[in-house]
Amino acid sequence: MAFTFAAFCYMLALLLTAALIFFAIWHIIAFDELKTDYKNPIDQCNTLNPTVEKVKKIKRIKIAIKLVLPEYLIHFFFCVMFFCAAEWLTLCLNLPLLAYHVWRYMSRPVMSCPGLYDPTTIMNADILAFCQKEGWCKLAFYLLSFFYYLYGMIYVLVSS
Amino acid sequence: RPAQSALGGPLPLPPARVPERRTPARCHAPRHPGRHAALHSGPSALPAGELRQPGVNRLTQTLVPVPLSQPLGGPGPAQLSPSLAAMSLQSSTPEALRVVNLLQERNLLPPIPIPPPTPCLQQDLQKINCNPEVFRSTLTSIPQTQSLLNKAKMPLGLLLHPFKDLSQLPVVTSSTIVRCRSCRTYINPFVSFLDQRRWKCNLCYRVNDVPEEFMYNPVSRSYGEPHKRPEVQNATIEFIAPSEYMLRPPQPAVYLFHSSTWSHNAVETGLPERLLLPGDSRTKIGFVTFDSTIHFYNLQEGLSQPQMLIVSDIDDIFLPTPDSLLVNLNECKELVQDLLKSLPTLFQKTMETQSALGSALQAAYKLLLPTGGRMSVFQTQLPNLGVGALQSREDPNQRASAKDVQHLSPATDFYKKLALDCSGQQVAVDLFLLSSQYCDLASLGCISRYSAGSVYYYPSYHHQHNPAQVECFQRDLKRYLTRKIGFEAVMRIRCSKGMSIHTFHGNFFVRSTDLLSLPNVNPDAGFAVQMSIEENLDDMQIVSFQAALLYTSSKGERRIRVHTLCLPVVNSLSDIFAGADVQAITGLLACMAVDRSATASLSDARDAMTNAAIDSLASYRQSVLSIQQPGLLAPACLRLFPLFILALLKQKAFRTGTSTRLDDRLFAMCQLKYQPLVYSMLMIHPALYRVDDLSDEGALNINERTVPQPRVLQLSVEKLSREAAFLMDAGTVMYLWVGRSCQPAFLTQVLGVSSYAAVPDNLHLLPELDTAESQRTRAFIGWLRDQRTHHVDESQLKPTFMQNMIEDRTESALSYYEFLLHLQQQISK
Repeated sequence: MAFTFAAFCYMLALLLTAALIFFAIWHIIAFDELKTDYKNPIDQCNTLNPTVEKVKKIKRIKIAIKLVLPEYLIHFFFCVMFFCAAEWLTLCLNLPLLAYHVWRYMSRPVMSCPGLYDPTTIMNADILAFCQKEGWCKLAFYLLSFFYYLYGMIYVLVSS
Repeated sequence: RPAQSALGGPLPLPPARVPERRTPARCHAPRHPGRHAALHSGPSALPAGELRQPGVNRLTQTLVPVPLSQPLGGPGPAQLSPSLAAMSLQSSTPEALRVVNLLQERNLLPPIPIPPPTPCLQQDLQKINCNPEVFRSTLTSIPQTQSLLNKAKMPLGLLLHPFKDLSQLPVVTSSTIVRCRSCRTYINPFVSFLDQRRWKCNLCYRVNDVPEEFMYNPVSRSYGEPHKRPEVQNATIEFIAPSEYMLRPPQPAVYLFHSSTWSHNAVETGLPERLLLPGDSRTKIGFVTFDSTIHFYNLQEGLSQPQMLIVSDIDDIFLPTPDSLLVNLNECKELVQDLLKSLPTLFQKTMETQSALGSALQAAYKLLLPTGGRMSVFQTQLPNLGVGALQSREDPNQRASAKDVQHLSPATDFYKKLALDCSGQQVAVDLFLLSSQYCDLASLGCISRYSAGSVYYYPSYHHQHNPAQVECFQRDLKRYLTRKIGFEAVMRIRCSKGMSIHTFHGNFFVRSTDLLSLPNVNPDAGFAVQMSIEENLDDMQIVSFQAALLYTSSKGERRIRVHTLCLPVVNSLSDIFAGADVQAITGLLACMAVDRSATASLSDARDAMTNAAIDSLASYRQSVLSIQQPGLLAPACLRLFPLFILALLKQKAFRTGTSTRLDDRLFAMCQLKYQPLVYSMLMIHPALYRVDDLSDEGALNINERTVPQPRVLQLSVEKLSREAAFLMDAGTVMYLWVGRSCQPAFLTQVLGVSSYAAVPDNLHLLPELDTAESQRTRAFIGWLRDQRTHHVDESQLKPTFMQNMIEDRTESALSYYEFLLHLQQQISK
């Protein structure tokens, strides 16, 4: 059982996917709260988008400590790691999601802070429904990739 | 006692109550046979006399079934009353579904302004139904299922004007406001009373108890007839709200006037010395001006003259004094008047060219933070300093481009965010743009759009060179200052179980799924919503919609204005088409197109509008028409639909190929979303009248004044003639076109000039001459003006007049006939 770089990648991916599953669940709960009137859109979008003041504090590295950007960055990090580990099949499976993230970020409404959700339009039923569906799809995808990485890790550990 | 039907309510009243006057063929919605199973045993057996039983509410949720075909297992028409039998055997199509070949019939416009269609309801329900000017639906017969609605290919939505100035408004002061326990609907004329003590909500069908106080009717001093109370007799009613409806004590009226230093000439001519602002003894007022620094005015009682305090740190705004910047209007009247007199002279010699609007707005927001209120912003140029600075994005060479128009969405979200903050603190921002250059209305307009304010735009405003605009501004400002206002308002729109609202249009912020936050509500604002049918409306014969507006009046009273609309549910496509309201559909499509041009692109929006016409006419052709004839066929109720779509495509908001300034275009888009339907329709399709031969034939008698009613003409140059004069009513502007060889009688007696050449170019008011023709003309124009709430001026601008000639071809757009041919081609594909 050799502990290769690929095995290390899979192990790390496994742990980080757990974090991504948590984000997806948070996403679903946030939109459900909006839909059932529990919270109002301004507060909810402030939770989901990074707020400008907090970004200003960390001057150089604009790390958004809220929901959206961490998820995208983590996923990008996976892809880079798998690229380095030459795990092509896994990389190909993650590429569509990466492309989707890029598209989603590029077509966000005009905002001064890096964020995706605009409180004035989020209550439109079609946008709300889209975000909810997105949450569920991502949850499903991350769950499946969790098990896939588990299998991949064991396979790589055993086969080398 | 009447037998209970399967639905748990009393049986519907028998057919004998069907009014004879209703056009027999107008409404024949075939009903589900199954629904009548419980019906037939009851009413036909009851003699009419037994109906007047105590405890039976006459206004129950009933609908007389008018079966087209025999219901299964029920008695035949012989058991129903003779009138009903006659109706069911008629097979002629109702007037609304009469087939019109648009390519052949050229004169489609009715001679009078088009009335809204009446929903096909029982007469006593329709009599108390909500006024269509207040609450209107695009389809007056609601489809039963979402798939049926999709087949009809028409948008389903409601257009509201909830705070309209009404001449008769019943106001109820009651200790208990009766509402449904589960859905919190206010009691309305369309609920059903099961017996004297219980009522069934018409939106969620839950049975509630009638409270003890409600059994007593104060109007008729009788007990035991809850259905006679004014809340159950009027579809539009206002309640005085008790303290449970207040989050905080009702706020006083607070007004803040906020202007850039160059607007002073404008503001000075506009603001009258005696400000008649609506309010009571607690009304507060304040002033802020700015250029590259911000100036506050200390108006404390006891000062001999107003004191100006200048804050030059625009990055970190603070308020120089904690109070006395917003002062009580009644106590400090003289100081306020002094300030208004001296403001224009203070900045006459200013050389400043920079404008720090963003910081000034933040400062004003801080000032209004504790109480909420209304901020009126007068701006004359692009803000170019500090936060919220904007760039000039318009390229003058691209104004006439036939391709897409850029820069329709905001450049920065600073104004949107500020508007949301204002909305949270019940501050509304109204924007007056008095500018001749590009002001980026796309970004600046956001401040009003999300804080329930209004945008006023006066292009090419100059207090010396453009007196027409000056007068327009003055009149608009007068209306703006004196009109009714509601503070810290919220509006909730509820609909029957099975329907839901998914998109909102108008100036407000959507706080939750059906709650609109309106820091200010004013009588000139209209709203539109789009609905969808979530569950099939199988068991229902009617659906109801209720709009409830909770606001604080300017006198500090908390009130709730409730409007309830009731519409029938139908099962067939032909009935849906028969009940289509073409003006409401056009208004809603205009709102949807404005949204689409901001999110997608302008050409997308234009295509979507054309497709709306194509799809609905194609659907009509496929599903409803039994005989296929050549030509472009439309039902009579939709015959004006292609005309209105063409008018929208040629509107300033959506046209391409003709030079349109970006701000003009954006203002037209704002107006399409903000104005109530009746003004939007005039903006889209102006009314054209011939005025040189007005006669008293068919005139209306209003207030002892005879108002002539000329025929409405089509908007085509072929209707104009050199020997006549025409008046075009476009909502906010009226154009008077005088033909070259116009009758001299008209020229002398109405315009007061001797010949055509002497007609002044910028005449903006008709001279008051003592001739009969002049009186008639002025009476007519005055009557048209009275129906508007904002100022209408008359001008003689030929190019704009010609642009409104929608039916003709221009270099870049199709004529009406060509548009119809294009539609026909698309439909036959």
